[in-house]
Amino acid sequence: MSSTGQPTISEYRRREQSITLAPLDQQLDGEDGASTQELLTLNFGPHHPATHGVLRLLVTLQGEIVRDIKPIIGYVHTGIEKTAEDKAYWKVIPVIERMDYLSYYFNAMAYCGAVETLLEVEVPKRAQYLRVIHLELNRIMSHLVWLGTSALDLGAISMFWYCFREREKILDLFEMSSGARMHTRYFQVGGVIEDIPRGFAEKLSGFLKEMPSRVDQYRDMLNGNEIVLQRLRGTCPLDADTLLSLGVTGPLLRAAGNPWDLRKADPYCSYEDFRFKIPVGSAGDNYDRFACRVAEMYESVKIVEQALEGLPEGPHITEDRKVALPPRHELATSMEALIHHFKLVTEGMRVPPGEVYFPIESPRGELGCFVRSDGSSKPARVHMRDPSFVNLQATAPMTNGAYIADLIATLAMLDPILGGIDR
Amino acid sequence: MEVRREILSAGGRAPGGAGGADLRVRSLNSRQLLRGGDLEGPNPSAHLEGADFERYVEESVMTTTLDKAVAWARSNSFFPATFGLACCAIEMMSIVAARVDVARFGFEAFRASPRQADLLILSGRVSIKMAPIVRRIYDQMLEPKWAISMGACCSSMGVFNNYALVPADKFMPIDVHVPGCPPRPEALMHGVLKLRKMVQDDPDMGWRERYDARGTEEVLGVGGHPYMAPAGPPEGGKAGA
Amino acid sequence: MPDATGLELIAQELRDAEGEDTVVETVFFRGRAKLAIEPAHIRAALAHLRGKGYAFLASVHGVDYYPHEPRLGVQYELLDMSRVDRITVTLRVPCDAPDVDSVTPDGADGAGWPTANHQEREVFDMFGVVFHGHPDLRRILMPEDYEGHPQRRDFPIGGEPVIFTYNETEMLGASE
Repeated sequence: MSSTGQPTISEYRRREQSITLAPLDQQLDGEDGASTQELLTLNFGPHHPATHGVLRLLVTLQGEIVRDIKPIIGYVHTGIEKTAEDKAYWKVIPVIERMDYLSYYFNAMAYCGAVETLLEVEVPKRAQYLRVIHLELNRIMSHLVWLGTSALDLGAISMFWYCFREREKILDLFEMSSGARMHTRYFQVGGVIEDIPRGFAEKLSGFLKEMPSRVDQYRDMLNGNEIVLQRLRGTCPLDADTLLSLGVTGPLLRAAGNPWDLRKADPYCSYEDFRFKIPVGSAGDNYDRFACRVAEMYESVKIVEQALEGLPEGPHITEDRKVALPPRHELATSMEALIHHFKLVTEGMRVPPGEVYFPIESPRGELGCFVRSDGSSKPARVHMRDPSFVNLQATAPMTNGAYIADLIATLAMLDPILGGIDR
Repeated sequence: MEVRREILSAGGRAPGGAGGADLRVRSLNSRQLLRGGDLEGPNPSAHLEGADFERYVEESVMTTTLDKAVAWARSNSFFPATFGLACCAIEMMSIVAARVDVARFGFEAFRASPRQADLLILSGRVSIKMAPIVRRIYDQMLEPKWAISMGACCSSMGVFNNYALVPADKFMPIDVHVPGCPPRPEALMHGVLKLRKMVQDDPDMGWRERYDARGTEEVLGVGGHPYMAPAGPPEGGKAGA
Repeated sequence: MPDATGLELIAQELRDAEGEDTVVETVFFRGRAKLAIEPAHIRAALAHLRGKGYAFLASVHGVDYYPHEPRLGVQYELLDMSRVDRITVTLRVPCDAPDVDSVTPDGADGAGWPTANHQEREVFDMFGVVFHGHPDLRRILMPEDYEGHPQRRDFPIGGEPVIFTYNETEMLGASE
């Protein structure tokens, strides 16, 4: 408030609310040095059907050709990391799951992995396999939503219904194992919250049997389609070195030819027990990004098949009672179990002081979780290194010199999830 | 070419007949049909009487007020605006998908432009940076417009009670709040159908009907009338409720 | 990860190359290597590590070490893809002088790390660390005219008070 009592409008607000109608005269070097052309700055607003979520882009256009892009984010910033500092360690899990809202198991895995590293607690083998099953199912589901919405952006509207048909089956499986479709808080520090129920294995194997044929259907629908090929092949390529300098990982980097995948390079959570391939592209254009993700769906199906087959017996969460709740039948007989239960529920687990960064491979790239603990029952800092946040920096180099339609296709192939970007 | 003319009987239609006589015949036949009379039968001039006639008219003709007709049309053709903010947007996409098919009700035409939409399904958390934009979009919508706040984050602060979020009630009027984090697609559909009943001026009073809770209504009808009719006077002169 | 001895060797090389006061301490915790360095030498340290093969900057994030001084910390996670090695470089700056050289732009002392662009903006937005030399240091997640740095530990978490029946009248005030 200024001294006169009127609210001061900051420069930022004034800029946001102003409309300048005067054309900008810009001298462009090019074919005709003497001519002046206008560069149009277009606001690709936060509310737009083609931006996946509330992404705002300031696109500088020369005609229909994109010259520069400035992404403006923060429209769904939720203060998740600040909220996480206020809650006990296991209460952070539902909060942190809502970050990258399409790959919720991955968020929970990164966080639980970091806390387990701090606690030096070992996750039982059965819990690791169950985690892998759910992680890969989530990867398939994330790619399905990506495929459906990207095809919607490109105009192939009926793909949306096919992909969501499969997604409903996966969500039925999630509902069976944890009770919720999304944001299931199934992963806990030390394992998973509950063992899988009867009937889960049969339903899962039924799903796995028909999933490859479904992915074949999607491929057939789109791969031979002339419009899809024209829009994706050769558009907006970017080489692997530029991508690496921009910090891009995941299917975008693999499409450019670099086979970097944390599941193979630095295995965590029993990924070394499974045989699967990494799809790698060659040209790094939109078509390769599309093909990489579709191929990853096949590989994820293979991983889940192997995990289901080799699922070992054992506990589904660590037996360390200072970390995981004791089973309820013990509360009636054992005093220590009762005390542990009470302390865990009221105060939460205490984590020794330290800092750790735990990276995993999410459907969009390297998802890392940094947890700093100061010895109390609440984390002192939780930071998620979100892949979409870093991948977004690659939009500008990718689309420089492309048409607006290519910009839409590139945004679709980039697979940004604004919840992860804004946290 | 030879043109043949023939006079048809009074019971049949005379196509292309010119002149008043044919017109009169046709109007008499129409009146006969409307009264349920049987033109070909043995007694073509018999027609319905009394209660039969009333029932026949009730079955064929509908009377209503203009308000009700307009409300019926509006409620069955919501055009939702595509306004997915965060996780709830994925479940909102699920209602468009095949399992919970919003096209059954006629609401599948999600319009991108707020000028063409009349239902704003706020799906996801509204951050302080986004709140003025949501308000601007809501203002750009034309009357009559409704808003559904989907999920816990926009109804209250949801899971996150912190500096970055704004509950939607603070800056725009919301008609239906759908709880859940995220609400199942069936739950969102339930919320949309509740809104539909509200627009038809016949809201679902829920527990108030079951427990006869008069005087607690929060929703008043068009014209300010409470939806639950006042109870009659207590019997037998008993004091109190 | 470089093991403990490898970490000490790297630290010693850095000291030899840049000066004795570059490395504040080395921490080897849970199998992970961490180098704490002086803020003035961050660009040189990252360039040196890039020369040793850590060419991928995975993450730049901030920490608030309240109540320990210096309060604000910035951490750089480096990754060597050919040997699958990770190393963390951290620095700490006080709240009243939160100045760090930005590693984003190319400089006289070597190539920059373009990936740090948005990430340094986020650290500035959330903690108030000013990165000198950053091409476009503005707030990225909060509105640009927001006051305060939300993720500092002494910033209130905010939010709405929860209204129960017992405090309903006073919370909702006169309008019941």
